[in-house]
Amino acid sequence: MTLPAPSKDDDAPRRRRRRSLALALVLGGLVLIFYVLTIVKMGPSVFDRVL
Amino acid sequence: MQLAYIDDSRSFPANPGGARVEDYVLLLKPRVMSLVVFTAFVGMLLAPSGINPIIGAIAILCIAVGAGASGALNMWYDADIDQVMSRTANRPIPAGRIERDHALALGLVLSAFSVMLLGLAANWLAAGLLAFTIFFYAVIYTMWLKRSTPQNIVIGGAAGAFPPMVGWAAVTGSITLESCLLFLIIFLWTPPHFWALALYKQSDYGAAGIPMLPNVAGEAHTKLQILAYSIVLVAVTLVPGLIGMSGIIYTAAAALTGVGFLYLAWRLFRTRDDKTMRKAGRSLFTYSLSYLFVVFLALIVDHAVRLLGLLP
Repeated sequence: MTLPAPSKDDDAPRRRRRRSLALALVLGGLVLIFYVLTIVKMGPSVFDRVL
Repeated sequence: MQLAYIDDSRSFPANPGGARVEDYVLLLKPRVMSLVVFTAFVGMLLAPSGINPIIGAIAILCIAVGAGASGALNMWYDADIDQVMSRTANRPIPAGRIERDHALALGLVLSAFSVMLLGLAANWLAAGLLAFTIFFYAVIYTMWLKRSTPQNIVIGGAAGAFPPMVGWAAVTGSITLESCLLFLIIFLWTPPHFWALALYKQSDYGAAGIPMLPNVAGEAHTKLQILAYSIVLVAVTLVPGLIGMSGIIYTAAAALTGVGFLYLAWRLFRTRDDKTMRKAGRSLFTYSLSYLFVVFLALIVDHAVRLLGLLP
């Protein structure tokens, strides 16, 4: 007697991968925003220092 | 009075494959978000002092994400009534594509990040206003007013009216008469806009038990209220020209589009049978969307023209 194959959602891994990618992009974007914001907040004086 | 259909035991269809990224985007109500971004942008542009363009862009992003967060919190709380109404039945939670808890978590995380980032990038007055906007929409409107009073969208409309004020505050760090005027225009626009929708979606709201004005006070009273709010709205849109905030281009655009708004509100008021009322309600609802866009667009066009010295 053969049992019916368990139902499988073939799309699930692809969805999970896309969710992970979206989350990575959001986190990367947040890092970039904080970096740029820091530079902008410091202003031109960031270059004004004794070398 | 508790009319709304509240049943937390109601289960939503399961989605074994997990949500798509697009479903999370839908949770943020992108169409509402676009109007919020536009009005906040107008508020920033009209503000008398300048802002670093990068900080301005980050501020707009924060306002957009804050609006999206409140949309997610709204969908989390309203999933039970969304499932009953045809207009909202296909939203990610009632359709079973996203779990309620996920929407709550997303809403809370995005709220916290948008407010904190706006505070760090622009100033803490703007951040406080954004936090209050999210709180007002998610708690005061969604959790309290929406299900308990026919004045829900009158008071709750304040949440949608805050973005230009947040944009203005992000630039100037202050709240002024001009920013309050921008708030007032959207605040007064909201009741005729949503009541026009409620008139032709009455059965939907009735089925969900939401006490919208047509369901509670009747169609005749709603039509009268729409007309009254429309008159006050059009009068208020002329104030920027009177106090020197805007010039002739804005005043002409506001007056012309205002006449159209009043005509449609009057036509709706005069309808007698159900079919023409629904048609007139739909016309006013559609027109009101373009109307708000044109009024705010006229504000920035007028501002730009005056900045360039092309007109007084």
